[in-house]
Amino acid sequence: MTKADTFIVTSSDQVPRRTVFKRFPIPRNYGLSPGSRIKPGRTWPAPEGATRIKRFEIYRYNPDSGDNPRLDMFEVDLDDCGPMVLDALIWIKNNVDSTLTFRRSCREGICGSCAMNMDGTNWLACTRFIEDTDAPARIYPLANMRIVKDLVPDLTHLYAQYEMIEPWLQTRTAAPDRERLQAPEEREKLDGYYECILCFCCTSGCPSHWWNGNRFLGPAVLLQAWRWLTDSRDEATGKRLDALEDPFRLYRCHTILNCTRTCPKGLNPGKAIAQIKKMVAERRS
Amino acid sequence: MEHFSSKHMRPLSPNIQIYRPQLTSVLSIANRITGVFLSACAVILVIWLIAAASGPDAYLRFHDIIASWPGQILLLAATFAFFLHLCGGIRHLVWDTVRGFELRQIYVSGWIVVVASVVLTVVCWSASLLIAGKV
Repeated sequence: MTKADTFIVTSSDQVPRRTVFKRFPIPRNYGLSPGSRIKPGRTWPAPEGATRIKRFEIYRYNPDSGDNPRLDMFEVDLDDCGPMVLDALIWIKNNVDSTLTFRRSCREGICGSCAMNMDGTNWLACTRFIEDTDAPARIYPLANMRIVKDLVPDLTHLYAQYEMIEPWLQTRTAAPDRERLQAPEEREKLDGYYECILCFCCTSGCPSHWWNGNRFLGPAVLLQAWRWLTDSRDEATGKRLDALEDPFRLYRCHTILNCTRTCPKGLNPGKAIAQIKKMVAERRS
Repeated sequence: MEHFSSKHMRPLSPNIQIYRPQLTSVLSIANRITGVFLSACAVILVIWLIAAASGPDAYLRFHDIIASWPGQILLLAATFAFFLHLCGGIRHLVWDTVRGFELRQIYVSGWIVVVASVVLTVVCWSASLLIAGKV
């Protein structure tokens, strides 16, 4: 993990240090429906005797209470806690408030469960160091999601969008007696795309998906679409392009590139989408 | 979702309210804002042409407005907006050919757009003032 103390970011794992604004200069609850507005919460003090205290401001929402989401402040004893933000969340759940709810599984950046918004950017809590966060660290669920509880977003809509691109190998030729073979250079075309873990950090960080998420597929799903378009074994390219060639599904991408900036796996959804647009254009000519 | 009353609708987590401004998103929104601003400036340009076609009195009245301090500031802003939109547009044209998508290239081209817009604005105004004999 390197820190971005320069103007030129070269890798998505660089933590933003130098930005004039930590957030856009608009009111905190601007545009949010009454039920989504965030209210102040309570402070949970560190256990007595803790010397190295780090404060975490965490988004809380309890569907059973009927109350609005709120921001709670937790004091974490760093001497008793692992190095990652996920460790701090687990420490809070074990020691302070057992109702704190979040998804986690592999704790090594391969399952994508603990994707959330930390200090204003999306990343995996298990691969973000506590020492790289602000004071206090600000922990929100993935941006622009319907929230089930606390840091757990409802991904139903995103999975439905993923299903729409039919993410499986489609062929029309007769099935061979053995595997469908690929030359090494054909296999290399999948590099940078097959590694996607569907954590949806990119889609949740995409302003176009914020405004048109019901019709625009978003960077994660479009990267997956390209993964099948560029697969030498797949024989449904024309059908796939027909389904994508739409003012909203594909062309709401305005190359903002928040996706490529935030991908915790260092992939390039922005480039994948540009390749789809080029393939559509070339098919027309 | 109709069977949920709005009271029981799941809350939407904040997006623009919390997401950190980055060069990527800031230049994108700047391209939009300058585009809208330049459209408004195009109307002013048309008014200028109509004033010029309407004779010396009308033209002089328009000239007095544009030569005032607020007018000059508007003109400076329009020049900068023009160059920012132009450079940003060229950056998008390069992207359309699937070039320049590595993160380093995204940031280098982004800062080139910012610096080039400032430099071109300064050069444009220096040349104008020089030609007008004001300096």
